Amino acid sequence: MNTELSGVLAIFLIAVLLAIPLGRYIARVYLGERTLLDPILGPVENLFFRLSRIDNSREMTWQEHLKALLSINLVWFLFTMFILMNMAWLPLNPDGNPSMTPDLAFNTSISFVVNCNLQHYSGETGLSYLGQLSLMFQQFVSAGTGMAAAAIVFNTLRARQTTGLGNFWDYFAKSTTRILLPVAFIGALVLIFRGSPMTFEGKDTMITLQGDTVQVSSGPAAGMIAIKQAGTNGGGYYGVNSAHPLENPDYLTNMIENILILLIPIAMVFALGFYLKRRKLAWMVMGVMTLGYLLLLAPTVYFEMNGNPAISQMGVSEPTGSMEGKEIRHGAAASALWAISTTVTSNGSVNAMHDSTMPLSGMHEMLGMMVNSFYGGVGVGFLNFYIFIIIAVFISGLMVGRTPEFMGKKVEAREVKIAMFTALLSPLLIMGGTALAAWMMVHYPSLPWLNNPGFHGFSEMLYEYTSSNANNGSGFEGLGDNNPFWNISTGIVLILGRFIPIIGPVAIAGLLAGKKYIPESAGTLKTDTLTFGIMVFSVIFIVTALCYFPALALGPLAEYFSM
Amino acid sequence: MRYKKQKGLFQRELVRAALWQSVIKLDPRQMFRNPVMFTVEIGTAVMLVVTILSAMQGGQSPELGNPGYNFVIFLLLLLTVLFANFAEAFAEARGKAQADSLRKTRKDTPAKKLNADGSVSATSSSSLQKGDRFVCEAGDIIPSDGEIVEGLASIDESAITGESAPVIREAGGDKSSVTGGTKVLSDRIVVEVTTQPGESFLDKMIALVEGAKRQKTPNEIALTILLAGFTIVFVIVCVTLKPFADYADTPISIAAFVSLFVCLIPTTIGGLLSAIGIAGMDRALRANVITKSGKAVETAGDIDTLLLDKTGTITIGNRKATNFYPPDGVRRDDLVRYSVLSSLADETPEGKSIVELASPEITKGLSIEGATLIKFTAETRTSGVNMPDGTRIRKGAQDTIRQIVERAGNAFPDDIAHEIQHISANGGTPLAVAVNEKVVGVIELQDIIKPGIQDRFQRLRRMGVKTVMVTGDNPLTAKYIAEKAGVDDFIAEAKPEDKMNYIRAEQAQGKLVAMMGDGTNDAPALAQADVGVAMNSGTQAAKEAGNMVDLDNDPTKLIEVVEIGKQLLMTRGTLTTFSIANDVAKYFAIVPALFITSIPALQALNIMNLNSPESAILSAVIFNAFIIPALIPLALKGVAYKPIGASALLRRNLLIYGLGGILVPFVGIKLIDLIVSAFV
Repeated sequence: MNTELSGVLAIFLIAVLLAIPLGRYIARVYLGERTLLDPILGPVENLFFRLSRIDNSREMTWQEHLKALLSINLVWFLFTMFILMNMAWLPLNPDGNPSMTPDLAFNTSISFVVNCNLQHYSGETGLSYLGQLSLMFQQFVSAGTGMAAAAIVFNTLRARQTTGLGNFWDYFAKSTTRILLPVAFIGALVLIFRGSPMTFEGKDTMITLQGDTVQVSSGPAAGMIAIKQAGTNGGGYYGVNSAHPLENPDYLTNMIENILILLIPIAMVFALGFYLKRRKLAWMVMGVMTLGYLLLLAPTVYFEMNGNPAISQMGVSEPTGSMEGKEIRHGAAASALWAISTTVTSNGSVNAMHDSTMPLSGMHEMLGMMVNSFYGGVGVGFLNFYIFIIIAVFISGLMVGRTPEFMGKKVEAREVKIAMFTALLSPLLIMGGTALAAWMMVHYPSLPWLNNPGFHGFSEMLYEYTSSNANNGSGFEGLGDNNPFWNISTGIVLILGRFIPIIGPVAIAGLLAGKKYIPESAGTLKTDTLTFGIMVFSVIFIVTALCYFPALALGPLAEYFSM
Repeated sequence: MRYKKQKGLFQRELVRAALWQSVIKLDPRQMFRNPVMFTVEIGTAVMLVVTILSAMQGGQSPELGNPGYNFVIFLLLLLTVLFANFAEAFAEARGKAQADSLRKTRKDTPAKKLNADGSVSATSSSSLQKGDRFVCEAGDIIPSDGEIVEGLASIDESAITGESAPVIREAGGDKSSVTGGTKVLSDRIVVEVTTQPGESFLDKMIALVEGAKRQKTPNEIALTILLAGFTIVFVIVCVTLKPFADYADTPISIAAFVSLFVCLIPTTIGGLLSAIGIAGMDRALRANVITKSGKAVETAGDIDTLLLDKTGTITIGNRKATNFYPPDGVRRDDLVRYSVLSSLADETPEGKSIVELASPEITKGLSIEGATLIKFTAETRTSGVNMPDGTRIRKGAQDTIRQIVERAGNAFPDDIAHEIQHISANGGTPLAVAVNEKVVGVIELQDIIKPGIQDRFQRLRRMGVKTVMVTGDNPLTAKYIAEKAGVDDFIAEAKPEDKMNYIRAEQAQGKLVAMMGDGTNDAPALAQADVGVAMNSGTQAAKEAGNMVDLDNDPTKLIEVVEIGKQLLMTRGTLTTFSIANDVAKYFAIVPALFITSIPALQALNIMNLNSPESAILSAVIFNAFIIPALIPLALKGVAYKPIGASALLRRNLLIYGLGGILVPFVGIKLIDLIVSAFV
């Protein structure tokens, strides 16, 4: 019991302690200062920039940034789709796996481009090694896209009036090569030493204890696992993700992978402080995020370690907690920690079955994705948080009798409009999608979607849309989601849930950057204080509660109270 | 500061007018301006239809529900809309009443119109056009706003300002403006009409309050967007709840849906929003400030820098003589005598104070009969008297006297030069006196700083407002007074363009600047400033340039105006917070009520232990409706502003209106439920 809890504590603390120096390093990268990798990667980058006629030192407006971001994402989508549809004849296919059908390739490409990684295939049989590598590439660039967007917003927060906000290609290339690549490289090395495969050879053969011969899928797994965690992607190499013994061999790899899930999202917060030289602001953001994270984590760990009351009622003792759907080598507490870490950060990789977690644990997992900014995905977590800051700044600015200001810029009607529109999107997509599915279930009860009718079935549908909107990619499973209805509807939610929450904050930040800078006075509401932190937290809490309370009451709450 | 005598908040005739207006305002074309209340009106209409349909069906359909219950919900929703309309109408009525009481003074009065041929014809004030001239003599009521083009008069402005002491207004200069409705006490003036009938500032203000011309201020627009956003969120919540409930096999009546929706959307702030804005202008009017737009009041709350004239604002109007300093070899009594002789005919306050300061024993018997008076002019910068015996006495600025003395070949005594420096360094103004081109001494004039002004500046500093003193004094004197009064900065030896430059420089740093002025040469600066308050006594040009007019001509009024602006924003912010925080309790009342019948387990969410689903929903709706009138006094009076720093203020308001907003409805709904369940 105590060992399990101390493992949870260690994972979280190590992640935070590593995130501080990494945050300092990220700030250096975005400030354009020299880093260790520059001599090696600089010339390669410059070659590519020259070939594609990109001037990576030209200052871009926020509109140009967004144009560049969206167009390169379209290119990747087409590129990935091409590979996935032609894997059968392309090289690096030792297992002879077939190409994907167009609809599955479409779904998979979208899902990897938007950093979500819903997987309606199993890696072992559905992909060639080239397919795996192309998705691995996607995991780098989609994470890099989000981080570049955050870098734009960082840039807008500096104390000046400008429309030139750095160069997207520069931010993007540096995010990918200077931050994600080294972190993933180190992570992959550790995983290789602990037993994850990294090879281009085909299937391995092994003889089990019973004497059977078993074919074991192998391939370049370790590299993919490292970036799926570090880039808050979550798309696993194997079908069962990090519950697979080669994807997550032991407790140590579990710790490392969990740390990687949290590392860059937390480091981005510290990077903000180092970048602006406003550490107190970073600590305010960090404090609010951590408070939210812990409030979701603590009860989840409690419920999972306490076991399932339905089983207890049958007189079965559960000394190790609720173990249904969990791996013995990780245990209940570490699985609960992972479940919350992966949902708050928009990661979506799993090491246990979320469908089997206790009702309120499931609710906390969903809440993590509904808020999607208690750390949040790399880069985009801060963007989501930024929207909450804008709303909090607006209301609290009025409350102290001054036109609201954030970082010396007046927040006016236009910014509020964009912020509200962006904030509205999540409830619209999540509740709208779930409502549509519920309507289908009522009118076509024969649909084979739900393994569990009733409240839990409702939670499964709610979870699916929540996960899609948050670009999380984890599933409650137990939901028959590999059919046109779910593929199409979640696909639409994926695209909207990815790009609008990037466009909105970047637009607001760009508009604010173009406004006159107002130096702080005694009447200015300081945003790097405990008081303002409480305000932001209250806004997040109230907005989330107001949007989702009825839905959660019908799903996990009803299930919990009925147990 | 002197407010008009406050009567009770809810005066009967105002309430009656507002009640009728709140029904008229049900017109959807008007309601549309307020998206939150407009959706409530739609909800009300829906409930009316449902009530009729359910009555026709005899209450058989579970979706339509019980006609009696539907009717009660319909009535409560209608009441919600009416309460919100009442808040707005009542604020309008109050503002209008306030403006009317000012306008009463300018009822049709007889006017003596001056014709082109110089004859005077009797007419009435309403027929006076812009550009007309009229004559006023002692005892006449001035028929219209205008500018004196000829003559000087003492005028009783108590009808407008409440100040009983008469004021002097004269042609030319900065005190040439007269206001319609005030009374000429002496002399005769010719006045040119400056405004068309119905277009005076007061008329414009009344139009602003009346709504037709009222434009939303920038912050109000932004807040409306925020509230519309929250409304849409709850549209999503309520619309999606239907398939959710169907999935869970829980029939929900239309009445319950509409009730849930209306309770959740921010009706409290939505219903009070325009009342708050009107009340802000009204509070300014109560402080005798006419605002030309609601935006000006709002901007006042954001002011970073305040430009204040020294004279009249920081110091009591005039300097006073406080000491005489003779040089070596001149007797002090002689200096005093000469000083008094030069000042006996001097009507300026400084001159009078010199006579007052001199002791009567020394000055007894002094006379200037037969002497030639030398008036102060801007060129000579001295004044004095030539005595019948040929003695030439001059007093004036020390550098001018020095010139006169040195041109005559006399030396300027060192000890006097030293004394002059000493006086300046202590914030005084030295006034040198020369007799027959020889220095006989220097008179020290001192500014008297207004009592209590330091506290006000302290308060401003805590509000984050920087104060700047503008004065014609030399930098040394200015610095001394600035320090003593506690202002943050000063502009010494200020020329009108200096004010302008200072304002521009501050604005270039992103700061908002307010200033007060009266003269024509202030007009450009008044126009440049973000908040320009013109004194009513000032010239027409100044009044046109500023965005507020102060009827009291009180330079410290700016401080009040800033607080009124802050109160306006704060009232909006706190009530928004309160309104949204209320939803937590309403959820705990309504959501269990919706589902309990089919999912008994959700009884656990009924933490208020409300009696029945019906009474729970009714209680929430009743609370939601009656919180609006309950908060009308707060909306009209405004949330008290305390200069305790922004973070402390946020903490305080978050605690009162945020936490309070969460807790109050729990108590309120529970109490209402206890009462309701006694009847149901």
